[in-house]
Amino acid sequence: MRGEAEEGATTIMTDLDTLARELLAGSTRALARGLTWVESGGERAEALVARLYPRTGRAHVVGLTGAPGSGKSTLARALARGARARGRTVGVLAVDPSSPFSGGAILGDRIRMNDLALDPGVFIRSMATRGALGGLCRAAADGVDLLDAAGRDLILVETVGVGQDEVDVMRLAHTVVVVSVPGLGDDVQALKAGLLEIADLHVVNKADREGADRTLGELRSMLTLLPPAESPAGPDGAPAVEPWVPPVLPASAAREEGIEALMDALDGHMAYLKTSGELDRRWRRMVGARVLKIAQELVARRLAHPAAADADVDRVARRELSPHACARLLLTRLGERTSHV
Amino acid sequence: MSSIRVLIAKVGLDGHDRGAKIVARCLRDAGMDVVYTGLHRTPEEVVTAAVQEDVDVLGISLLSGAHMTLIPRVVELMQAAGAGDMLLVVGGVIPDEDVPALRALGAADVLLQDTPPDAIVARVRELVAARQPR
Ligand SMILES: Nc1nc2c(ncn2[C@@H]2O[C@H](COP(=O)(O)OP(=O)(O)O)[C@@H](O)[C@H]2O)c(=O)[nH]1
Ligand SMILES: [Mg+2]
Repeated sequence: MRGEAEEGATTIMTDLDTLARELLAGSTRALARGLTWVESGGERAEALVARLYPRTGRAHVVGLTGAPGSGKSTLARALARGARARGRTVGVLAVDPSSPFSGGAILGDRIRMNDLALDPGVFIRSMATRGALGGLCRAAADGVDLLDAAGRDLILVETVGVGQDEVDVMRLAHTVVVVSVPGLGDDVQALKAGLLEIADLHVVNKADREGADRTLGELRSMLTLLPPAESPAGPDGAPAVEPWVPPVLPASAAREEGIEALMDALDGHMAYLKTSGELDRRWRRMVGARVLKIAQELVARRLAHPAAADADVDRVARRELSPHACARLLLTRLGERTSHV
Repeated sequence: MSSIRVLIAKVGLDGHDRGAKIVARCLRDAGMDVVYTGLHRTPEEVVTAAVQEDVDVLGISLLSGAHMTLIPRVVELMQAAGAGDMLLVVGGVIPDEDVPALRALGAADVLLQDTPPDAIVARVRELVAARQPR
């Protein structure tokens, strides 16, 4: 198993070659440093992802989303333990919102996973949601690539399901698990915000609590109101396959109940993706969306550069140029500048 | 563009994390990313978490008086994990006479319980700024 390679006692990784080599060899220290690189973005992050990208594609990426407190981190711990019992290595990427005021964040998801720390087969990393347009998505996607290249079989990405950016993060996953709890209420709001459409699997967590059966029923009937999914064509023109119907499963993450069934459902979804040919189509959509996000972030960063706009904006202020014409002018200029930002 | 990452951990048996949480919030309010791991952590758990999170600063808070056995273990584990460039800051209730020993062990600083939050923020920034960029 990878993930247990000897670590150099005093290695301080600053060069790409060493970092990439050690990461691929399973060094957790290198993986951790690589994640720091991609979190801060920029040239070295791009270079690292470029180096590792050809080595990705083995992992099953599972997104866990739902309201704060619904038990996503606890569920991530339970799933990680379940996966370990099946002989798989695990990477967890826990994405927490940062304070809109200070830009800082308190990342507390690990509290629920402390007892996994001593298993080298589990690697947990917290990431703060910050940065301009798409920054989170870019960093999370890069992070998933690193975990994948490092040989993690199952990658769990946890985000609070609020805001477009976090819904977009879920689009990085092969399988999206939406977590709710007995007594819908707030969750209905969360589900309305686009989560219902992206769920491949629903978990009603805290099923040890009163009202779980009712919530399961409500959720199942809500799902029947969705337009039926199209039957995907099979691979290479094979006949159409039955569409995937998102299962609604009860679980108690805290008591580790319902986890085996959930693991089976995750495997079942991956098997479906493969046999239906949907895996390739989904992958194509995933990378397409990712490329767009990266491009948006690059454009946003260049536009944020004040000097780029000064003179033109002065002209708009003097009413010599319309705001629309100025905006188009800025975009034309962007294409002319090839420098790295 | 990246912000300072800090892991705040409580090791040992004492059951109070009020102080550690206040420090965590101050660092957060100063724009840092603070990983918080909760009470009663072992040195092994803390160092593994700090390595995985690749924090700039590992802040360990102790009130239990067990610092002279727990901190050497933390330092040993950090070295074994190749985390030599991580800054170790010890905080909490530490008798004055133990401070030089903790520094000699490799603690970048020892901040006693009465250190004002602003001073902690300033010290963390100073320590990170003085270290090699990563
Ligand atoms: N009763 C019950 N409580 C749970 C369960 N899973 C998680 N919790 C509790 O719910 C709270 C929030 O859990 P957490 O995993 O941090 O939720 P997150 O914010 O969605 O990551 C914690 O106090 C957990 O102990 C469960 O299955 N049953
Ligand atoms: Mg959580």
